[in-house]
Amino acid sequence: MSFADSFFAAKFGITTRDLEGYLSVALDRGGDYADLYFEYLATSSISIDESIVKSATQGVSLGVGVRVISGERTGYAYSDDLSPEKIRHAAQVAALIASAPAKVGKVPLHEGAKRNLYPVLTAPSETAFRERVELTQRADKAARAYDPRIFQVQVVYADNLRQVLVATSDGVLNFDRQPLARMSVFALARETGGIPQQGHAGGGGRYELDFFRTERTPEHFAREAARQAIVQLDAVEAPAGEQTVVLGPGWPGVLLHEAVGHGLEADFNRKGVSAFSGRIGQQVASPLCTVIDDGTLGGRRGSLNVDDEGNETQSNVLIEKGILRGYLQDKLSSRVTGATATGNGRRESYEHIPMPRMTNTFMLAGESDPEEIIRSVPRGLYCANFGGGQVDITSGNFVFSASESYLIEDGRLTRPVRNATLIGNGPEAMKFVSMVGNDLKLDEGVGVCGKEGQSVPVGVGIPTVRIDRMTVGGTA
Amino acid sequence: MSATFDQLPELAAETIRQALAAGATDAECTISEGDEFSVNVRMGEVDTLKEAGSRGAGLRVLIGKRMGASYTSDLTPDGIGQMVRSAIDLAGLTTEDPHAGLPDADALGSLKGDLQLYYAETASIPTEEKIDAARRAEAAALALDKRITNSEGGSFDSNVGGRVFANSRGFLGAYRSSYCSITAVPIATLDGAMERDYWFSLARRRSELEDAESVGRKAAERSLRRLGAIKVETQKVPVVFEPRMARSLLGNIFEAVDGRSIYRDASFLAGKLGEKIAVDNFTLIDDGTIPGLFGTSPFDDEGVPTRRTPVIENGVLKNYLLNSYTARKLGMKTTGNASRGITGNAGIGHGNFYLEAGTRSPEEIIRGVKNGFYVTELIGSGVNTVTGDYSRGAVGIWIRDGELAFPVSEVTIAGTLQEMLTGIAEIGNDLEFRGSVSAPTIKIGEMTVAGR
Repeated sequence: MSFADSFFAAKFGITTRDLEGYLSVALDRGGDYADLYFEYLATSSISIDESIVKSATQGVSLGVGVRVISGERTGYAYSDDLSPEKIRHAAQVAALIASAPAKVGKVPLHEGAKRNLYPVLTAPSETAFRERVELTQRADKAARAYDPRIFQVQVVYADNLRQVLVATSDGVLNFDRQPLARMSVFALARETGGIPQQGHAGGGGRYELDFFRTERTPEHFAREAARQAIVQLDAVEAPAGEQTVVLGPGWPGVLLHEAVGHGLEADFNRKGVSAFSGRIGQQVASPLCTVIDDGTLGGRRGSLNVDDEGNETQSNVLIEKGILRGYLQDKLSSRVTGATATGNGRRESYEHIPMPRMTNTFMLAGESDPEEIIRSVPRGLYCANFGGGQVDITSGNFVFSASESYLIEDGRLTRPVRNATLIGNGPEAMKFVSMVGNDLKLDEGVGVCGKEGQSVPVGVGIPTVRIDRMTVGGTA
Repeated sequence: MSATFDQLPELAAETIRQALAAGATDAECTISEGDEFSVNVRMGEVDTLKEAGSRGAGLRVLIGKRMGASYTSDLTPDGIGQMVRSAIDLAGLTTEDPHAGLPDADALGSLKGDLQLYYAETASIPTEEKIDAARRAEAAALALDKRITNSEGGSFDSNVGGRVFANSRGFLGAYRSSYCSITAVPIATLDGAMERDYWFSLARRRSELEDAESVGRKAAERSLRRLGAIKVETQKVPVVFEPRMARSLLGNIFEAVDGRSIYRDASFLAGKLGEKIAVDNFTLIDDGTIPGLFGTSPFDDEGVPTRRTPVIENGVLKNYLLNSYTARKLGMKTTGNASRGITGNAGIGHGNFYLEAGTRSPEEIIRGVKNGFYVTELIGSGVNTVTGDYSRGAVGIWIRDGELAFPVSEVTIAGTLQEMLTGIAEIGNDLEFRGSVSAPTIKIGEMTVAGR
C-alpha cells in the first residue's frame, strides 16, 4: 500500500506536503530533529460477571503528537484535533524547546520498507460485536463447568485497532495498522465455608478473531483460570528466605523483563542511572543465559512492524551466554550516544513521549530436560505462574509475585504454596542460573508493561530454569 | 471542538436528549477536559518540556436492564451522533441485569459552596517560573552532599481540568480542578552502588507548594539514607511503616472494602460488617468533602454527593464503599463512591481515605523498638485482597535498640492483612494530607522479614 492509500491520507486527506510543512514549523526554532505521530485508536470491550454481560463498550480517540529534539532536550505537544491550524499550533509549542535560527534543511519524506507481521484481513474490532460476546460467554460457561467449587467467574474481552502514521525530519514516513485482542478469565473457588482462592488466565495477540476459535479457545483460558483457583485451595504457607527456585516455562519469563530488561533500556543508561550502566561486555548472568528482545515475532502481543518512531523492529541480543551485549534504544538515546537504532522506541499513545521499551523478551532454550531440572532439587520452590513484577532500575532490586507455585521435596513437586513475592538484584540474580531447559515457551499474550506512567503491550518467555539462590518472601 | 468549558454542560445535556430520542430509557454522559504541562530539568538543563490539552466524552445508556457504552474524542455533532448510535447498538447485545440502573433521583445532588479545588492562576504560572522551580529542586538535591552524584531530575507539573456529568434523571453538574507539583529524584552513590529515592510537594496552587529547595533536600536525604544497604537474615520482627508506606497499606484495605469485591465475596472483609477486624484505636475514614484536598469532589461519577463515611471505627468494620449498583446488589445505600473514566459502568473510588492519627510521635514509636524494620519503600504487587495474603519487596532501615541503625534492601515483608490489622501496635501522630490517601506512621507487632 502506498501512502496515498493509507488510512490517514484516505480518511483525513493528509498529504506528504502537509507533513513536511508541519515538520518545518516544528524545526523553525532551531531544533535538531522533529517527528509527528498520528494515531487513530478504536477500542471495544465486553465484560461478564455473574454470567451476565454487564458491560459492552466501544469508542474512538485520535490525535497527533509533535516532538522536537534539540541536543538532549525534548519538546512535546499534542492535539486531539487534526485540523491544520491545531497541528501547526502543537508544532509551534514543541518547537520552543530550541532557541536558535532554524538549521535543519528540509529532507523529503520517503516511505519505509513494508512487511506485515500481523497480516490480519479483518481485525477482531471489525467483526460483528455479537461474535465477540459469544466467545466471551463461552469462557464464563467453561470456567463454571470446570468444578463445582468455582463460585465466581469474570471474563473480560478487549480488542483494539490502532492506525498510526509516523513522519520524521530525517525523511522517514511509515504507517501501520496494529490489531490487538485479549481475553482474560478470573475465577474464584472455595470449599463449603472455606476461604475463597483466585485463579487468572488469559491471552491473545495481533490475530484474527479466529485465533480464539482455533488456537486458544475461551475454554482453554477458562479451564486454566479455574484450575489455578482450585489448586490454591490446598495451598500451604510459602517458605521465607533463600531457596533454590525453579521457574516453569512461559509467563515466568517476567523474571527477564524485571531483572534485566528494564535495566537495559537506553534512556537509563544514557543518564547513567541503571544498575547495568557501563556494563556492556561484562558477565551479568550465568553462561547458560542468552536473552533476546524480539519485536518481529509474527502475531505476538509485543510485536510491531515499525516502532512508534517509525523504525522497523528487530531481534536484539541483550545477553549472550551471560555477557551483556546491548541496550534497547529509542531515537533520542541512539542520537545522543551514537548507537544504532534497535526499533524499541514505543509510546502509549499520541499524548506520550516515546521511550525505549521492550517488545517480546525471552531466554533461548538450553539443553536440560525440564523433568531432570526438578529432580535435581532436593528442597526448593517451583513457580509455574506469576502475577506482576517491579524493578528499581537504579539499585537493580526487582520483585515478581508467584501466583502458582509448589514446594519441591526430594526432586518432586509436592504441596502448592500461597502467593509469595520473590526478590533479587538484577546484575547478580541470573548468575545463579545453573540449568536451562530445552522447553522455551512464550507467554500466551497478556503482558502489560508500565514505565513512567505509560503502558504498552509486551510478551515474555523462558524455558524451565533452575536458580540456585533467590529470596522467597513467604512466612514459613 | 472549540467550545469553552462553560458550554460543555449543555453539550452533555444535549447528548442525553439524543440518547433518549434514540431509544435509551436512561442515560449518563461524562465529559472531561484537561490541560497538562510538565517540565523536567536534569543536571541543570531542561530535559523535556510537554504542554497540551485534550477532551473526551463518554456515554452509558440503558435500554430497560441492558447497558451499552461508548466514548469519543471527537466532540463535533458527528462525533457525538456516532457515540450515541454506538452505545444504543451495544445495549442490544448485553444481557439483562436485574440490578442495572441509575441512582434514585433523591440520591442525586452536589455539595454546595467553594470546595477550593480550582485556582485559575495554576493555569497561568509562567513557564520560566516552572522551569526555575524544577531547576532549583534538583540543584538543592545535588548540592546537599557529594555522594549525590547523579539525578533523574527535578520536575514541575501542572494540570487544570474540568469534569461535567449529566444523566436522564435530571442531574447536571460540572466542576473544575487544578493542581501543581514539584518533584526531585536524586541518585546517591557509594562504592559504585547507586540508590534512588524521591520527594514531592503537591498543591492546588503554586503558593501552597513547599519550596523547591526543601523538596530537593528531602529527596536527597532519602536517597542518601539508602546507601550501603544490606540484606538481613530471615526473621520475625516488629515492622514500622513510614507514612508513605502506611498509605500503600491503606490502598490494600481500600480494595478489600470496594463494594464490587464484597458482592462477589472476593474480599477477606466480605461478610465482616460490624465485626472487630482491627485494633481498638484504628479508625479509617473516607471523606470526599474536605475543602482543598486531593480526594475531594462535589459529586461522584454518578451524580451522587460525596460524604464522610467511617469505614473502620475503633477497630470495627462499619461500612463498605459503594456506588449505586453495588448498593443495590448488597441491599444497602450508595456511599457516593462511584468512579469511572469517561464511560462504562461506574467502579468504586475513594475520596480522602485516611487513618486517624494516634498520639505518639514517630520518633517515640521507633525508640520503642528493640529489633525491627522501618520500611521506607515497598515494591511489587504481592497483596491478595481475596485471601489477605501479603508479601512485598521492601527497602528501609533496621532499628536496633530504638535507633535507626543501618539501611536494608532486597528483603520482603510478609504476613496477612488480617493479622496486620489486629497486630497494629502503634499509630503515630504524624498524619499529613499529601494526596488522596493519607496515613500516619504505623507499627505492626510482628511480620516475617525474608532475606538471607
